Amino acid sequence: MDQYLSVLIFLLVGVGIVLFTFFIARLIRPHNPYKEKNQTYECAEAPVGNSWVKFNNHFYIFALIFVVFDVEAVFLFPWAVAFGQLGLFALVEMIIFIAILVFGLYYAWKKGVLKWV
Amino acid sequence: MITTGFIIASAIKVIVVVVAVLTGCAYATWLERKLVGHIQHRIGPNLAGPFGLLQPIADAIKLAFKEDIVPERAERVTYALAPIVAFIPAMLSFAVIPFGDTITIMGQQIDMVISDLNIGILYIFAITSLGVYGIVLAGWSSGSKYSLLGGIRSSAQMISYEIAYGLSIIGVLIIAQTLSMKELVAQQANFFDWFIFRQPLGFVLFVICAIAETNRSPFDMPEAESELVGGYHTEYSSLRFAMFFIGEYANMITVAAVVTTIFLGGWQGPLLPPVVWFCIKVFLFMAFYVWIRGTLPRVRYDQLMNLGWKVLFPLALLNVVVTALIYRL
Repeated sequence: MDQYLSVLIFLLVGVGIVLFTFFIARLIRPHNPYKEKNQTYECAEAPVGNSWVKFNNHFYIFALIFVVFDVEAVFLFPWAVAFGQLGLFALVEMIIFIAILVFGLYYAWKKGVLKWV
Repeated sequence: MITTGFIIASAIKVIVVVVAVLTGCAYATWLERKLVGHIQHRIGPNLAGPFGLLQPIADAIKLAFKEDIVPERAERVTYALAPIVAFIPAMLSFAVIPFGDTITIMGQQIDMVISDLNIGILYIFAITSLGVYGIVLAGWSSGSKYSLLGGIRSSAQMISYEIAYGLSIIGVLIIAQTLSMKELVAQQANFFDWFIFRQPLGFVLFVICAIAETNRSPFDMPEAESELVGGYHTEYSSLRFAMFFIGEYANMITVAAVVTTIFLGGWQGPLLPPVVWFCIKVFLFMAFYVWIRGTLPRVRYDQLMNLGWKVLFPLALLNVVVTALIYRL
């Protein structure tokens, strides 16, 4: 537990430093907003339309694949650390597990999901 | 047992590390500008102080005196919080990096590490992944098209490399049988025991993914100036902008320290004191970072995604299987 206490102290010092710098900066910096200055940047033109534009939904699919394979990585960490104590059975099992995921990757690849358009 | 002595010792260590990392960040900017300058046959900063050494301080003062502009379309609260969310994790991952051997002061054993968590590597992966939130929130809350696209690109890039990043380290774990950073350094006492020799493929994969994770050239898509102006920090000014900047450099230093600890023997080295060896290795890796930036052109976004999913990820899986087979048979 005491090791986590050190991390907590670190977190508090980090947040403290940020708040302190912002406080100091607030005291010394100028403050003079007006309408033109606060306009959203769009190459000096008045911004056109809504800022939240539609973006490529491919990003979403990548996020989905990421979740699948990241969970795999989570399973691999404890397996790797306990590798010495586990028998041959665990090795074979993990190779089967990885093979299934490689097949999943192959499927996604062939489906053209990994192709960026 | 939690004693007052323990708390004081950790507080001192925390403050020393925070100051060292912040100074490191400031001088990393100087190193980058100077080195890239020389790579491109320029001089780089040379006016503020000898060799331009006061340049980072001049930059910091300038940024502190700038007006903090909040664009009218921004989501004010998220907009204000995003730089902090980007900055804090970059600092926090330094908590588990051992930067020296255990020393004894006044009869007390003091580890030269803020916190020797037995899950050190997992902690680093967990904390560094949080950095992406700062970038996504900044992109979304600025209310600018450039920021939004920069933020989304960045998150897609980071999650694409996250997997190979995590998998590239599994080979080391299979050999080392521990997640503690201190243990890892202890296992690399001999030069040829360094994990860079025992896990060469893992090392290469880890470095490539780390550069992509920290959004550095040649993978600096999120802030591709020629396409997206400033990317996710287009709308930011003054100290909030500086927070993103410091966060980026703190991430670089963290990666350099992690590579040093996991692959390059940590603080181990002959003659010189451990802390000096640690700093030398981190410095060399930072110079390597800048060298890459000065040498390689930026990759295209589709190339970036292809590299992550079709090359690095299968290679990382292969590395895991091969390492496991070699160490079992």
